Amino acid sequence: MAGSGPLHTGSSSAGALPIGVLALQGDFREHLAVLGGLGADARSVRTPEQLASVRGLVIPGGESTVMDKLTRAFDLAEPLRDAITAGLPVYGTCAGLIMIADRIIDGGRDQQTLGGFDVTVRRNAFGSQTDSFETDLDVPELGDVPVHAAFIRAPVIEQAGPDVTTLASLDDGRVVAARQGNLLGTSFHPEMTGEHRFHELFLRMVAAA
Amino acid sequence: MGITMSENSSTVQRGSDQGSSEIRGSDRVKRGLAEMLKGGVIMDVVTAEQARIAEDAGAVAVMALERVPADIRSQGGVARMSDPDLIDSIIAEVSIPVMAKARIGHFVEAQVLQSLKVDYIDESEVLSPADYVNHIDKWKFQIPFVCGATNLGEALRRINEGAAMIRSKGEAGTGDVSEATKHIRTIKSEIAALTAKSSDELYVAAKELQAPYELVAEIARTGQLPVVLFTAGGVATPADAAMMMQLGADGVFVGSGIFKSGNPVARAAAIVKATTFYEDPDVIAEVSRGLGEAIVGINVADLPAPHRLAERGW
Repeated sequence: MAGSGPLHTGSSSAGALPIGVLALQGDFREHLAVLGGLGADARSVRTPEQLASVRGLVIPGGESTVMDKLTRAFDLAEPLRDAITAGLPVYGTCAGLIMIADRIIDGGRDQQTLGGFDVTVRRNAFGSQTDSFETDLDVPELGDVPVHAAFIRAPVIEQAGPDVTTLASLDDGRVVAARQGNLLGTSFHPEMTGEHRFHELFLRMVAAA
Repeated sequence: MGITMSENSSTVQRGSDQGSSEIRGSDRVKRGLAEMLKGGVIMDVVTAEQARIAEDAGAVAVMALERVPADIRSQGGVARMSDPDLIDSIIAEVSIPVMAKARIGHFVEAQVLQSLKVDYIDESEVLSPADYVNHIDKWKFQIPFVCGATNLGEALRRINEGAAMIRSKGEAGTGDVSEATKHIRTIKSEIAALTAKSSDELYVAAKELQAPYELVAEIARTGQLPVVLFTAGGVATPADAAMMMQLGADGVFVGSGIFKSGNPVARAAAIVKATTFYEDPDVIAEVSRGLGEAIVGINVADLPAPHRLAERGW
């Protein structure tokens, strides 16, 4: 896994993989740029029709309460749930991680998630913006070079089910990156720090799905 | 990372995680929160109840203040930072980021807001300036700042002082979007003009913009500001918000336009939807139905110059 090369150098005999980025709110352009740079056919997803055309979906950073309201108001929540249940690979960063979590703590009033990822996520786990930070993380799955990660009013994974694999933790043990089958989640924003290995991992997950 | 902990550095603080190299208050972290607000609507609120309405409607953040600009305009007097109790009550009410305004140049109000742990400080022309020469040295703060600008030079001067987000000013409290249009168009067209210049023309361009050469050269190369650009000042309808997005804004501030309208709950939610689906006239039409009265407003052309807030700041 850690040794396999980036996807864009091979295995795309059927052309570039169509990968969607949920583009309702947040830093979706940064994800589109990273995925495009890795050779994927990166597309914005705002409608059920656009969702149906992709083989993987990234849910970006942003405000999870807003994404929740917009997915429900524009009839995207149920198609998204169905797609996740049917095995669509999904990578959630920060707010995106909250969106795919089965359970949240400190959510907004009436906040719902799409679910699928058997974890409990605490929203704004570090406090206000003054406690946002950058740090280096060891992520053995991605090789020896640490991941430089930006945590912006970030969530953490407080509890995880038996099928969830931890990919990275802070020094105090709090889990900030994990995977379960076709679902990948990070508390932080690789798309902000020039870190492409999580997106490469996700593209390999899509190719294998 | 080659970054060492320093007791004096404002960018490396708090030692609860002994021995770890966590960096707080860096450019990336400050600008990063604004990145996460993109495509969203930031709403002015003056009570915890309004903050609740804003969050329920889908605001991406709220701006806590004592009077919305329309009231500052009609009531007059010196407008200052809000009472800390009010800000605390709003922080306690909502889970989304809370911003608050400090007067231009009033670095102690900014220190107070940082101590209250708001998520962003708006050094705002809507309040009465505290210094007619200098803006706040924003690099000294761990908390990020958003500042207003009417043109590219002003935006770059604010970024040079440490602003981590820019909003075009518009004319706050009027419900008249014409100044917001002018300012976002001006900033965008001045950026486009820079990208067309040859490198030897950038020195004079920097002089004319009254902005640092390094920032000017960066914009000429990248074709965009190094920070997120929202727009503000006079946005009153879903169509106003969508127009700002089509003109290239990353998101929208709505001040008096929501809570000075007939139906704030419906209008707030409609503006949020129009900001996301800004390229889809069918959605904008649908959400624009039955919103009741918009803010009555004032035509900017009828405002005598001393009452134009956008002319504060330089």
